[in-house]
Amino acid sequence: MSILIEIFISFFKIGAFSFGGGYAMLPVIQREIVENHKWITSKQFIDIIGISQMTPGPIAINSATFVGFKVSGILGSMAATLGVISFSFILVSIANHYILKFKESSIMKAALAGMRPAMIGLIISVFLSLGRESYKDIKSIVIGIIILGLLLTNKLHPILVIMISGVLGIIFYSLIPI
Amino acid sequence: MKILLNMFWTFFKIGSFTFGGGYAMIPLIETEVVAKKKWISKEDFLDIIVISQTFPGAFVVNSSMFIGYRIGGLLGAIIGLLGVILPSFFIILCIAVFFIKFRDYHYVNLIFEGISAAVPVLILIAVVSLSKSLKKSYVNLIIILVSIASILFLKVHPVIIILLSGLYGVIFLRKKVK
Repeated sequence: MSILIEIFISFFKIGAFSFGGGYAMLPVIQREIVENHKWITSKQFIDIIGISQMTPGPIAINSATFVGFKVSGILGSMAATLGVISFSFILVSIANHYILKFKESSIMKAALAGMRPAMIGLIISVFLSLGRESYKDIKSIVIGIIILGLLLTNKLHPILVIMISGVLGIIFYSLIPI
Repeated sequence: MKILLNMFWTFFKIGSFTFGGGYAMIPLIETEVVAKKKWISKEDFLDIIVISQTFPGAFVVNSSMFIGYRIGGLLGAIIGLLGVILPSFFIILCIAVFFIKFRDYHYVNLIFEGISAAVPVLILIAVVSLSKSLKKSYVNLIIILVSIASILFLKVHPVIIILLSGLYGVIFLRKKVK
């Protein structure tokens, strides 16, 4: 029982403190799930991000379901998903009555002006720490450069990027001997 | 009751067909909820988008609840939310069950080697596109650098960084946003 509560609390934090959604949720997920609780490894964290790019729905729900399942089965994934949406639920219920005031509030705007750059800094730090995990040999660096080149020259859909990178993984690691 | 069922189905579609999460969902929500079903006006929709972005948590979770409230009160919000998260919940659950079994197969391993080389690149691209909405100023640059340094070297929890940067904004940036 207590593990379910721990999962819920961790994902509650993730839901309550990630502004901007999507990739902005990665820093808190990484700290809570990978570093503090060690429920998954850095490698599995990267797997989840890759899978989230190929499946529909928000990355927060995807990773909550996945991590919850890994830690404690279906009940775990329910606890995690409930955790990640709870704060939104409370906040939206309150804000629904004051929707226009929130938009005009100068305090909210000022807070966001401070938080936006910090959020970008946090996402960069996720990039740096995952990069350290991912780029351990020449082949992975080459794959990374190819993907970067493809993304800079074409507007590829993330699903396609993930599929191409999977194929590159097979080509580089089984067909090219170095 | 009929409108609630209809709404559940609409949000279920939105949750099933938006890959990449978050902002990728805006056009689909607009087509379904504003243009086709005319449940809310265009102005209301824009307000909801702006506020959902400023709130913590997954963007689509926030916006589906706001729209649900508009259509059918608290029950509407719950149904909107369930519709949008259930598809990813079940898809990830299926993947998790199989993934844990097959992850160590040789070729699956190679595919994920490739994917893990692409994930940091996707994050980097997201950083670049998110940074475009940021004003180029020394204050922003310093906030970015300080948050990177404090998370990587001082191991400060991301939640603390977000709270402090929000506080900084409220104290020092209020005049600027006005």
